[in-house]
Amino acid sequence: METAQSQEGAKIGKSVLIKGELSGSEDLYVDGNVEGKIELRNHSLTIGPNGKVKADISAKSVVIQGKLEGTVNATERVELLKSAIMNGDVITQRIAIEEGASLKGKVDIQKETGKAASPGSS
Amino acid sequence: MRFFRGSSKQAVVPAVPQKLTRRSSGMGEIARLLNSQDGLCVLDLGSTSANNIRFLTGKGHKNYSEDLLRSSLDPALRIQDGGGNSIIDSKKFLEENLVYPNNHFDIVLCWNLPDYMEENLVKPTIDRLWSVLKPGGLLLAFFHTRDAGPDSICYRYHVNGTDMLEMQEVKFAAPGHSEKRSPRLQRVFNNRHIENLFRDFASIKFFLARDAIREVLVVR
Repeated sequence: METAQSQEGAKIGKSVLIKGELSGSEDLYVDGNVEGKIELRNHSLTIGPNGKVKADISAKSVVIQGKLEGTVNATERVELLKSAIMNGDVITQRIAIEEGASLKGKVDIQKETGKAASPGSS
Repeated sequence: MRFFRGSSKQAVVPAVPQKLTRRSSGMGEIARLLNSQDGLCVLDLGSTSANNIRFLTGKGHKNYSEDLLRSSLDPALRIQDGGGNSIIDSKKFLEENLVYPNNHFDIVLCWNLPDYMEENLVKPTIDRLWSVLKPGGLLLAFFHTRDAGPDSICYRYHVNGTDMLEMQEVKFAAPGHSEKRSPRLQRVFNNRHIENLFRDFASIKFFLARDAIREVLVVR
């Protein structure tokens, strides 16, 4: 499987601890500790194998290899790789879970937005 | 010495985990409900199954996953009882697990959890499941019969909308160990034990299968 770390974008290394709100307009790779909130809107977040994140996350797509505690709201997709341990709810359009990943929480699959509402719907 | 039939030359063992299937009358009843209604709230207490999440969310149901057996292995939950034995603190366990509003779920897929959980967790867990199920909600559980034996394999179950379940062996690494092993069957419940366990529920239906499994479909 392709390594999740992207070649471009910001990286938080495994010795880094951040507490607070993180927001950005580029892809982010977290292999350290983050506690708080992460907002990337139209970009991707990858939690590396050493990453430990306690945060609610909003992003376009989220790939999890490490540990995550919090709600994920991804407009496109969420991917849990085999080493992922996630405790929290997932709201997204598509989800992929690799054999061995652990998820404790609700999965809410949202239908694609932007399409015209069907006649008669309120 | 040979334990199995066939050539004495060693065949290459496939690395792919073996998946078996079994017919489940209890699952058949639940599948009918899942296929005829949408928007149901379903709690799956087995190991995380991408297959189950895909099937349930694809049908428009709300899927909740919680691997209770794995959670019960957390060493932080262990305390000493009066006799100095190490047990799981059931109160703390339920503070951290199965935390949902009352009357929340239409269906709970309990699978074989009670057979593999430590003794002092079983009744409090079933009581909590009673609380989080809606009145009229269904719970499906599997219990081994005495014929199963103590080394019977612990399976996780994958649903596909019919009465057929795909089975896959569960293996965990115990805390502090790297080697993964199948959880050990803790006990065998007889019918009276099972009826007692679910005595607060409105009704209970037994299905005896040929693979030393007794299926129980319980209505809250």
